[in-house]
Amino acid sequence: MFPELNNLLNTTPDRAEQGKLTLLCDAKTDGSFLVHHFLSFYLKANCKVCFVALIQSFSHYNIVGQKLGVNLTMARERGQLVFLEGLKSAVDVFFQAQEKPHPLQFLREASAGNLKPLFEFVRDALKPVDSGAAGWTYPVLLVDDLSVLLSLGLGAVAVLDFIHYCRATLCWELKGNVVVLVHDSGDVEDEENDILLNGLSHQSHLILRAEGLATGFCRDVHGQLRILWRRPSQSTSQRDQSLTYQYKIQDRSVSFFAKGMSPAVL
Amino acid sequence: MATVATCGGDAVGVGSAVATASKSNVTSFQRRGPRVSGTNDSGPRLVSITGTRPSVRNGQLLVSTGLPALDQLLGGGLAVGTVLLIEEDKYNIYSSLLFKYFLAEGIVNGHTLLVASANEDPANILQELPAPLLDNCKKEFDEDVYNHKTPESNIKMKIAWRYQLLPKMEQIRPVSSSRFGHYYDASKRIPQELIEASKWHGFFLPEKISPTLKVEPCSLTHGYIKLLQFIQNIIYEEGFDGSNPQKKQKNILRIGIQNLGSPLWGDDICCTENGDSGHNLTKFLYVLRGLLRTSLSACIITMPTHLIQNKAFIAHVTNLSDTVVGLESFIGSERETNPLYKDYHGLIHIRQIPRLNNLVCDESDVKDLGFKLKRKLFTIEWVQDNYLRQERNIYPPGFSYLLKQKDSAWGEGSLQHSTFLMSFLAKATAFASRLVRHSEPLKQTGSGRIRQAAGPRLWHDGRRQEAPGLLGIPP
Repeated sequence: MFPELNNLLNTTPDRAEQGKLTLLCDAKTDGSFLVHHFLSFYLKANCKVCFVALIQSFSHYNIVGQKLGVNLTMARERGQLVFLEGLKSAVDVFFQAQEKPHPLQFLREASAGNLKPLFEFVRDALKPVDSGAAGWTYPVLLVDDLSVLLSLGLGAVAVLDFIHYCRATLCWELKGNVVVLVHDSGDVEDEENDILLNGLSHQSHLILRAEGLATGFCRDVHGQLRILWRRPSQSTSQRDQSLTYQYKIQDRSVSFFAKGMSPAVL
Repeated sequence: MATVATCGGDAVGVGSAVATASKSNVTSFQRRGPRVSGTNDSGPRLVSITGTRPSVRNGQLLVSTGLPALDQLLGGGLAVGTVLLIEEDKYNIYSSLLFKYFLAEGIVNGHTLLVASANEDPANILQELPAPLLDNCKKEFDEDVYNHKTPESNIKMKIAWRYQLLPKMEQIRPVSSSRFGHYYDASKRIPQELIEASKWHGFFLPEKISPTLKVEPCSLTHGYIKLLQFIQNIIYEEGFDGSNPQKKQKNILRIGIQNLGSPLWGDDICCTENGDSGHNLTKFLYVLRGLLRTSLSACIITMPTHLIQNKAFIAHVTNLSDTVVGLESFIGSERETNPLYKDYHGLIHIRQIPRLNNLVCDESDVKDLGFKLKRKLFTIEWVQDNYLRQERNIYPPGFSYLLKQKDSAWGEGSLQHSTFLMSFLAKATAFASRLVRHSEPLKQTGSGRIRQAAGPRLWHDGRRQEAPGLLGIPP
């Protein structure tokens, strides 16, 4: 986790809010550093984490996690982390017919499927174990990322249904958190992605939007992060709070600064 | 030397429903050197594979793409286990050349090749590979390089001094066959004995599927399914993923897929505007990447993206690939006659570089890159003056004679020319802004006899001059 981002979001692993949906969004840049931040944040907060990693392999997250101070292999062994490696499981589900429904069952179907097997996988992974010996604080679901599900043939409505079910189970029933990453296609006309993004934006409590600079590539400022706090359940008369920072990604951390205050310029 | 750390033991996560217990965890995404955490894996065995080297940034194992200039732009090479997607140029001339460089590099390094194509027999593709340049051709090669070295590159820049800070593309030398990355002579064919000594598998689509076969509807186009099964078969049979107990393979599999997405593969994404309603190509890429991540292989795919109307689809494909490079050739376009590009055959766009095992990636600072194919060499250079992309009509009439002289010091593309242009533009804008502000009076100060205009103070020869203002009529 990045300490500077914790300061900006005004949270620490000890006193993070529960029952929230956080939406990570990136436009014209790579927002995966936010996923690494939240993964290490919730592991340090002693939560039970289910990570649906659809875009990269386990060792990638493991190596970056070690730089940020968490050990994913140990977390997986002691049961704190349930890791669904999308790439590896896709190979399994594609080449061999599975007896019981596989979380990525939709890859085998010709027509647009639904994400019910994936939801059942998440629910089984995060439901509280009756023995109660584990002692994890609350469950968290991380998905990296949802736009891959759209490119693999699922409709935006199916993905929104999946998130709705996850929210109902995790946020409301189990008082946990859900963090998802969606790519914003920007000026490219992608209807399904826009539906998904707008739908999630209305449901989420916190939106972190990583954007590339409008002027193009810069070596010292990698992008701009917009943070938006929302209260979806309350009336809209209360104004949402929004902040904008620019950031530079380094080897082990990300430094944030106000717009125009990059150390390279000052 | 190139090293890869492989884990002999299994990596099974307790409570993880989808970990496969039988496969050993072979992947190139291992940190070089001793592991920090104590895991239940057996100790890593250090093995070196020819033609690979670890990345300086994160220890990731890299192979050469066959073009040392492209390797430099991609941060050292192509990572093992990833996909290099080449967006083809319009007539598929230079992209097929890059494809062949990749395969030729595999032959020179002794890697196993897997060539898949729907329109050309892989045996024919291999016959047309370029010949590698080895040490005995060094003298002839040096002449070629020094001929086009411009004398201006050593002059210290006075006005456009920021350009001096940009990195120069390295001058290139032929290397011996044990080095990483080789140079190829595009005009000669690869020697037959090299092809016969190499190990390769071909997938020619018309041979693998018969048109009269009745195909039941399933999730992917039949051709894609066959190709995935073929690749997976080779990976398993030859032990590239370490799961076959008989075969202990420590070599790289180079996969080349030509013209993926074209109608010959049975896909309609290039033909119709809202094609790929079945999402064949994206599913194929996803499963392919899954296969690559768990084996010692690297893949190059050329795709005719200029035929795809659905731009959102190209964004999907880019997100599902690791490294994406786009080629744009000048043949047939109006840029062919543009003197700015007279030395180049096209532009190369590095659209995406993956961040593997790291928060950052090695992005090059230089974004405007052009390539040219001289007799033997494919070079990639920064297109100078792109910042000042000039069209003929911005020059005042009196100065265009400077451009007409071919190869003069004042010709387009030269350093003096660009500095002249910048200073000219600076003065022109200052002049224009002075004219605009000439009519704006300032607030009245002083006795009121002279009303000054809010113009820029022109500096001539070190003396400061006031802009001529509006004189108030003396009372």
